[in-house]
Amino acid sequence: MTPNEFIVLLPALTLAAAALVVLLVDLVLPPERKHLNGWLTLIGFAAAALALTTWPAGGSLPAFSGMLVADGLAAFLILIFLIAGAVVTVLALGYLPRFGLERGEAYVLLLLSASGMVLMAQAQDLIMVFLALELLSIPLYVLAGLARPRLASEEAALKYFLLGAFASGILVYGIALVFGATGRTHFAGILAVQVGPQAQVLFDPLLMPFGVALVLAGLGFKIAAAPFHMWTPDVYEGAPSVITAFMSVAVKAAGFVALLRVFVEAFPLQAPLWTGAVAVLAGLTLIVANFAALVQSNVKRMLAYSSIAHAGYLLIAVPATVNPFSPAVLTDAGPVPLLNAEALGAILFYLLSYGLTTLGAWAVVMTIERREADGEAGGLTFDAYRGLWSRRPGLALGMALFMFSLAGLPPTAGFVGKYLVFSAAIEAGLLWLAVLGVITSLVSATYYLRVVVMMFMRPGEPTVAEGWGARLSVVLMAAATLLIGLFPYPVIQLAQRSLAVFVR
Amino acid sequence: MDILLSTLTLVTFAPLAGVVILLLMRDDQRDAIRWVALATALVTFALSLVLLVQFRATEPGLQLITRAPWIAAGGLRVDYFLAVDGISIWLVLLTTFLVPVSIGAAWGAITERVRAFMVWFLLLEVGMVGAFLAMDLLLFYIFFEFTLLPMIFLIGQWGGARRVYAALKFFLFTFAGSIFMLIAILYLGVTAGTFAFPDLQQIDFGATEAARIAPWLFAAFAIAFAIKVPVWPLHTWLPDAHVEAPTPGSVILAGVLLKLGTYGFLRFNLGLFPEVATQAAPLFGVLGVIGILYGAITAFAQSDAKKLVAYSSVSHLGFVLLGIFALNDLGIQGAILQMVNHGLSTGALFVLVGYIYERRHTRELSQFGGLWKVMPIYAALSMIVFFSSAGLPGLNGFVGEFTILLGAWGSGIGGVIFSQALTAVAAVGVILAAVYMLWLYRRMFQGEVTVAENKGLADLSGREIAVLVPLLIFIFLIGLYPKPFFDLMTPSVQLLAQGLDAAAVALR
Repeated sequence: MTPNEFIVLLPALTLAAAALVVLLVDLVLPPERKHLNGWLTLIGFAAAALALTTWPAGGSLPAFSGMLVADGLAAFLILIFLIAGAVVTVLALGYLPRFGLERGEAYVLLLLSASGMVLMAQAQDLIMVFLALELLSIPLYVLAGLARPRLASEEAALKYFLLGAFASGILVYGIALVFGATGRTHFAGILAVQVGPQAQVLFDPLLMPFGVALVLAGLGFKIAAAPFHMWTPDVYEGAPSVITAFMSVAVKAAGFVALLRVFVEAFPLQAPLWTGAVAVLAGLTLIVANFAALVQSNVKRMLAYSSIAHAGYLLIAVPATVNPFSPAVLTDAGPVPLLNAEALGAILFYLLSYGLTTLGAWAVVMTIERREADGEAGGLTFDAYRGLWSRRPGLALGMALFMFSLAGLPPTAGFVGKYLVFSAAIEAGLLWLAVLGVITSLVSATYYLRVVVMMFMRPGEPTVAEGWGARLSVVLMAAATLLIGLFPYPVIQLAQRSLAVFVR
Repeated sequence: MDILLSTLTLVTFAPLAGVVILLLMRDDQRDAIRWVALATALVTFALSLVLLVQFRATEPGLQLITRAPWIAAGGLRVDYFLAVDGISIWLVLLTTFLVPVSIGAAWGAITERVRAFMVWFLLLEVGMVGAFLAMDLLLFYIFFEFTLLPMIFLIGQWGGARRVYAALKFFLFTFAGSIFMLIAILYLGVTAGTFAFPDLQQIDFGATEAARIAPWLFAAFAIAFAIKVPVWPLHTWLPDAHVEAPTPGSVILAGVLLKLGTYGFLRFNLGLFPEVATQAAPLFGVLGVIGILYGAITAFAQSDAKKLVAYSSVSHLGFVLLGIFALNDLGIQGAILQMVNHGLSTGALFVLVGYIYERRHTRELSQFGGLWKVMPIYAALSMIVFFSSAGLPGLNGFVGEFTILLGAWGSGIGGVIFSQALTAVAAVGVILAAVYMLWLYRRMFQGEVTVAENKGLADLSGREIAVLVPLLIFIFLIGLYPKPFFDLMTPSVQLLAQGLDAAAVALR
């Protein structure tokens, strides 16, 4: 391993090392000291953030024969993963003991999954995408069942595992077909083989579309886009909330970075095919998820559908990332995809703002949630939020802000995200998708507003278990949601600087 | 620093200073909270007077421009862009004037969670003033939409029995309209590469390929504003929202928030799409006249005093719409003045209804009668306000309505005969307004005291009178000497009317 390769691998390596440390330390910790695992995990996430600073600024550093890369896109996504991981750990410090789930392996699996995500963001090869996907998914299958022997949690784990394995199978089949069509698994190689005189010999244009379609379906499972979203509500509802929070933010971001890397870097020449397919997926997701969320009576399930819906909003910008009529340019080093930095930047911004807002919302949900044994559906119904404003005004205001941000109302980060995504879509000629986006936003406002109505306008005596972790998370996420909404420019600049490598 | 210290920035965001102070106070310091809120609102009003002094009345274009880049993504830039002209200056002043009045009215109307109420109220003022001053379309949308958030809390938390229903209906109706406007704004921005109103005005929709899309954009804006105004048949949220809202909320809703709709028509529909506006004018003229008659007739049928006032708003705003779509100097000037008038007189009406509600906890007209004998001051002040609302000459309502009718008569929209017939029908609305207002007055104040509980009612206190006096001063001032009010808006309105004339000529 050369020093450069070490640097490229360092964030993932740090997380994996932290996982091993927690695994060993957990053996010697007495039960009343288990919270130290959480603190070690936090240190692990902080160390990974530090490792990120060793990356060269503004460049693109390939490693391991081009399997991995250290570039701005990866760095931006890793930032999201680390924020999500750290917030979830802080929340878990209060949540896990309260629900009797404080087991050392929870943090180990969290760190391992995060390291898989980091690799996913850096992948430059379909094989690497698959490996990273498994590394991030398998720990999560276990985490979803963390609340065993609660039936819903076990069901969630099994369902997640079976459908996840199914999705992996589809993805692998897609990868195999792409390999069959091109003889390559490396992104740049897949693109290069389709151009120039060797394409006649090496490229099978008939096989390729099937591979692309299956890869899209496989990744569609991971980002929970309709019609591949069926597992999401059950898994999100059954898994412990703290894990659900991690899945709805970090897994979604990981799925999207994979989608972007693969489709934009490896399949730009197939853009005329997949841009339409992705647009249809986006529209379907928006309609299905928003209307399904409308009729939920369980807040956790509503947030599950909301997270599916946000996958739809993110997908709106994906077809805009390439121009189907001139997807790539030929340089001396071979063909290079031509990207729309605006649309890519919009996706990055949206992932960050959605992530921060969603983490905040989950933090509030966790303070209201109770053991099922304590009755009242475990504090997960809308009714459990009645009168929160008179009890805990700060918490209620924070939740209201998160709901408004998810609904895309100004002046929140969610509004700016939607603005960027919709304008990218309109610029790419997808006016119908933007119109569908705003109409479904209206639908979504209805169910987000229900939470606000319960908190502010209905009397009640909610039980709140508000630890320092939840309070800190709510304050930080609320501040971020509002500040990014009022002054979005620095974040937009950050997103665009991370993409500088791609923009030619 | 220029951006931060410009008069427009200060006027817009001054209420935030009060919000910060209020957040640092304790809930039980009720009177102190009220005074802080009132002081903040008065300071904001004073700042808007500075704006009035700095305003150059002879200049037709945008003035006191405050502009800085805010968001830039790719080729698309959103500016922090505030400016004022003769069209918006009176609406800004109306807002900063009505907010302290409403806070005064809140003294008796709001007794619970006063601090939260005042915080929402001052935030609402930021949104309203910002919307009138924003000259970047996306910034306008942000302020326009932001006014919804405080308002649903004001209605939903401090409102009457069906407050949640009313708050949600208000929110969903308005939001449903404005999302189409958002799409139109984004489309305009992406096409032109800018959201700045003056730049977008330079686009000639008549000549380019965009001519095909202009009617759609016009319609998207029109739906958003028509719901906000509200234009018949999109008005159904208004009676619910007004009846359930607490008195200060009703005052601001009728006084200012509805004006966001009429202002939007004037600024964006007429300013950006003069050709389409010319073609659509007969339609909107008819809708305005339907609103006038429908509002007046429905008002007459109400047994709840607040609902009656709410429907009278539909009628009054029908006049405003008719004036705007007369598309000439007179009509538009009358419309702007009528916006101010409606804010003053309907605001005063809601304050008056609020006073009697605080005493009797009912607004059923059958519960009143002969109040003149018990509350002579209340009855006398009510008479002035009722007459103002009914458009009695010498008071403000007459000036606005008369100017609108003059403008509509000579507008020639849809042909000379059509416009004159339309105006004649609209004039019936003036008579109907007198009918329902006088009928309301007779039932509430004249005759014998019919309900025993009313015998012991206290007349207005000094504070309650003090809330009404500023409104009454302007009701008389505009009614007796409207010239300075017209003078300030004339150059800007003429500029707008010239653009509309040119569009009409181009279409012929």
